[in-house]
Amino acid sequence: MIEVDCLTKYFGSVPAVVDVSFRVEKGEIVGFLGPNGAGKTTTIRMLNGFFPPTSGSARINGFDVFDRSIDVRRQLGYLPEHIPLYKEMRTEAYLRFVAEVKGVPAGQRQREVDRVIEQCGLRSVRKKFLGKLSKGFQQRVGVAQAILNDPDVLILDEPTIGLDPKQIIQIRELIKSFAGYKTVLLSTHILPEVSMICQRVVIINEGRIVAEDTPEGLTGKDKTKVALEIKAPRAETLTRLRAVPGVAAVSAEARPGGHTGRYVVEMEQGKDVRDAIVQSIVGAGWSLLEMHTLRLSLEDIFIRLVTEEQGREEV
Amino acid sequence: MRSFYAIFKRELYVYFSSPIAYVVVTIFLLLSGYFFYSAFAYFSMISMQAMRMPGVGGINVTEMVLHPTFGNMSVIMLLMMPLLTMRLFAEEKKAGTLELMLSYPVRETELLFGKFAACMVVFFIMLFLTWLYPFLLWLYAKPDIGPIVTGYLGLFLMGAAFIALGLMVSSLTENQIVAAAISFGAILMFWLIGWSEAFAGPALGKVLSHLSLLGHFENFSKGVIDTRDMVYYINFNILFLFMTMRSLESKRWRG
Repeated sequence: MIEVDCLTKYFGSVPAVVDVSFRVEKGEIVGFLGPNGAGKTTTIRMLNGFFPPTSGSARINGFDVFDRSIDVRRQLGYLPEHIPLYKEMRTEAYLRFVAEVKGVPAGQRQREVDRVIEQCGLRSVRKKFLGKLSKGFQQRVGVAQAILNDPDVLILDEPTIGLDPKQIIQIRELIKSFAGYKTVLLSTHILPEVSMICQRVVIINEGRIVAEDTPEGLTGKDKTKVALEIKAPRAETLTRLRAVPGVAAVSAEARPGGHTGRYVVEMEQGKDVRDAIVQSIVGAGWSLLEMHTLRLSLEDIFIRLVTEEQGREEV
Repeated sequence: MRSFYAIFKRELYVYFSSPIAYVVVTIFLLLSGYFFYSAFAYFSMISMQAMRMPGVGGINVTEMVLHPTFGNMSVIMLLMMPLLTMRLFAEEKKAGTLELMLSYPVRETELLFGKFAACMVVFFIMLFLTWLYPFLLWLYAKPDIGPIVTGYLGLFLMGAAFIALGLMVSSLTENQIVAAAISFGAILMFWLIGWSEAFAGPALGKVLSHLSLLGHFENFSKGVIDTRDMVYYINFNILFLFMTMRSLESKRWRG
């Protein structure tokens, strides 16, 4: 479990993180989202005890990250943003070194190293020098060192950066498999990743938390929109659609020639009037060629939250 | 303790999987071998002449060969040791590996002593390989064994002091060149600080001469073990290792 209480960090007089509080329960995978320079890495560095907070506190599995640093680090797996590796070491030797440093007993060390090599798909580069590995493999070695010794809490800073699509899926599957028994804080830019893996999202911007919810909760707060393709005269269609009860707004996509038109219908908050729309169109004797719900992507919400925040500050 | 051993092994691996250890040790052996050769050749020339001229006495192999050889070896160490210590923390700080290392359950003491011990081993090997010189001397000139042992003890203590100082400097910067330059300068300062004794006044002069790295080595190279010298070198080590500890720990509380 990760508990963060009013964490604040100033670099000189510049605030990097201000009054950040959130919790990650055991078994939960939480996405930590924010644009570059929002304070993600600063927060994470305070969590692993790299530097102390200016004020506020954080606990990992009940241990204060500042006072009980060693106890915290025993239960923590950490993947930094740009994975720093000892370039002159070979993959397997490096992982054995990490296992030893992390306190894996001598008898279990080889088995533990073999396990992470398997899980992260590193078998082909076992004997290669870390400095000679491609970015994707280096990244996977980074993930491997984080999950060595099976820590309870994982803090992963951009784990899929630099991987090819197949590897991304592999690593995502691996992270997803931790759901239910490990505490995972996943910092990322990649929004689809969050909706795929995370049960909850914390969005941070300019050092402050701007939203905290489930991915569904964040996307569901907005009015639902439906896109339609109808074969009918345009003006009449517009009036007819607007007349349907529960419809908030209709906009038409300009399209030269023909009778087919595309429309976007915005429904009133919390209402689903798709049924009524279909009835209305078919009732008029027109053909409904296509209909689909437009979901606000996490991307839209993210951008909106971040720009809203900026707007508020400018006012 | 486990982490200490892991870090110690890794540091040794780095020294010997890269050219660092081989180059430094080779250069050290070349130079000290040359100094030994010139001292020995000079000594044999003088003793030849002395044989032809009866009445000239007082030619002493310890004083003419061992003493200058140990002195020269200590000067080469002064030049070489910063090159062994400069990378220890600076490299890891620059590469960011220190951040990852400190996210593992490793105590600062384990990290520090792992690195210190590995560097000591390289230094010990370097010093050990010079056994050939006193051995050759022993074959032909039968010197006293005592001064050889104390000379090596002195070099060993002095080298440890250089490493402790170099470690501390390396922990303060992420630039290896800066670390080497500062440790070299600091060691040289401690080496020569005794020179000011003559004009610094009686009280301060005594303090300064006691601080001198070189002054405390003199006795060892002559075959004298003085507890004052032992205590000086041991304190020097403790002080700088302690300061390195503090410098490492400061990461955790410094804003």
